[in-house]
Amino acid sequence: MQQFPCPFCGLRDETEFHFAAEAGKTRPDTAGEDISPRAWAQYLYFQRNPKGATREVWMHTTCREVFILERDSLSMAVTGSRALREDEGA
Amino acid sequence: MTKRAYTTGNWLKQAFQGNRGWGAAWRSPKPQAAYDVVIVGGGGHGLATAYYLAKNHGVGRIALLEKGWLGGGNTGRNTTAIRSNYFYHPSVELYDLSVRLYESLSRDIGYNVMFSQRGMVVLAHSEPEMEMAARQVNAMQLNGVDAELFDAQDVRRVAPLLNFREDARFPIHGGAWQARAGTARHDAVAWGYARAADSLGVDIIQNCAVEDFLIEGGQCRGVVTGQGTIRADRVGLAVAGHSTELAARAGFELPLHSYALQAFVSEPIKPIIDTVAFSPAYGIYFSQSDKGGLVIGGGLDRVPSYGQRGNTPMQDQVLGGLVEFAPVLAQVKLLRHWGGIVDVSPDSSPLIGPSPVPGLYLNCGWGTGGFKAIPAGGFLFAHLLAQGQHHSISRPFDLDRFDSGVLVDEGAASGIAH
Repeated sequence: MQQFPCPFCGLRDETEFHFAAEAGKTRPDTAGEDISPRAWAQYLYFQRNPKGATREVWMHTTCREVFILERDSLSMAVTGSRALREDEGA
Repeated sequence: MTKRAYTTGNWLKQAFQGNRGWGAAWRSPKPQAAYDVVIVGGGGHGLATAYYLAKNHGVGRIALLEKGWLGGGNTGRNTTAIRSNYFYHPSVELYDLSVRLYESLSRDIGYNVMFSQRGMVVLAHSEPEMEMAARQVNAMQLNGVDAELFDAQDVRRVAPLLNFREDARFPIHGGAWQARAGTARHDAVAWGYARAADSLGVDIIQNCAVEDFLIEGGQCRGVVTGQGTIRADRVGLAVAGHSTELAARAGFELPLHSYALQAFVSEPIKPIIDTVAFSPAYGIYFSQSDKGGLVIGGGLDRVPSYGQRGNTPMQDQVLGGLVEFAPVLAQVKLLRHWGGIVDVSPDSSPLIGPSPVPGLYLNCGWGTGGFKAIPAGGFLFAHLLAQGQHHSISRPFDLDRFDSGVLVDEGAASGIAH
């Protein structure tokens, strides 16, 4: 059982966490012009899915906080964990 | 040495000659500077594509590039189940084409892939699940595929070792049966397609990783590999969990996440089950190989991963589910366990079609179900690469479905555990 660091609760079992999305996506601005199907699809579905260093949005399902988890998708080593509201460019 | 066909005559002759005269199953040529089509990925889908390109479309110069060894990825890491018990019409068309091609594959390629149509039962553990099973069976029959609704007695007839106790965590009410489903020998599928493709002149080049693409004027004109640059105006990717890695080098993204999918095999035991039993509630399915090993599979690991190994929570879930599903198996020892990297799409359906870069084509997104689809994936991808346009069966699985919103959501319809 791997443990992930929740920025609020510390190290907890991986089964308490839920992968939400890759970090760095911005929702298209629906207040402005029409958004092309391509732009919506890009936002909704398309991924970088990197092999190696990756930044992701996760939820710690027991405390319900969302945060940025930096880890390596090949070695599974965790390199950083930060609250979403403190993260620039998330 | 000339390659000899696996015929009874040759078998008898070789028996008297110490089996020294069979010849290599495929050549190991150096790559040429240019081909008509280059296929990236020497798993089942890539090898089948190469074979059907040469056989059905008469394409002359074909190279297949594999970064490791043939069938060393997911083709050698699955649970060998073959079935077409899907819900939507486009999926049934696709997967039943695959089952039909598997039915004649051994004869077609002259290599015994040991396809055994031993049937598969998907269990229903409550009255509402029985209604969903009936809906599934009806959908399959409407789509022209064999299916039968089983009650508990029918399930007991095909798989008497399951847990039929009324106080089981998930009591057995019945299930959906597909008699034409079954298993095949996964290595033989890779090796058989490779041998047959080689016989038709395909250059199969192993230990040849694609590092980059040759893109001229926005068009893909070939690949840069560890063994030099190879030019081709049509390049087909069949690299499963590594599709987004190669897509990034060509400058585009795909709607895919890579996850580890684990499987397990037990020590060989006497024949104990002659069908494939799948319980969505327990999150587990198993069958028995011809060697006697129980082949056990479950759902995806919950953490996106490129590590070809599994994590322990899913092992707990799968093996815990197995011993509740078939309690007698608690006495069986495990022999091996492995993980493969599967490419999961948002609707749990594959991607077949042109990529955003002209000249570069995609066959990916099979998720947990790539093995069963090998013949159809190869057949349809070969059609796309040879004709430059879709076969009608692959059209719904184009990348453009994510722009149009016309998804083929088998994740919801068939309850695929993605």
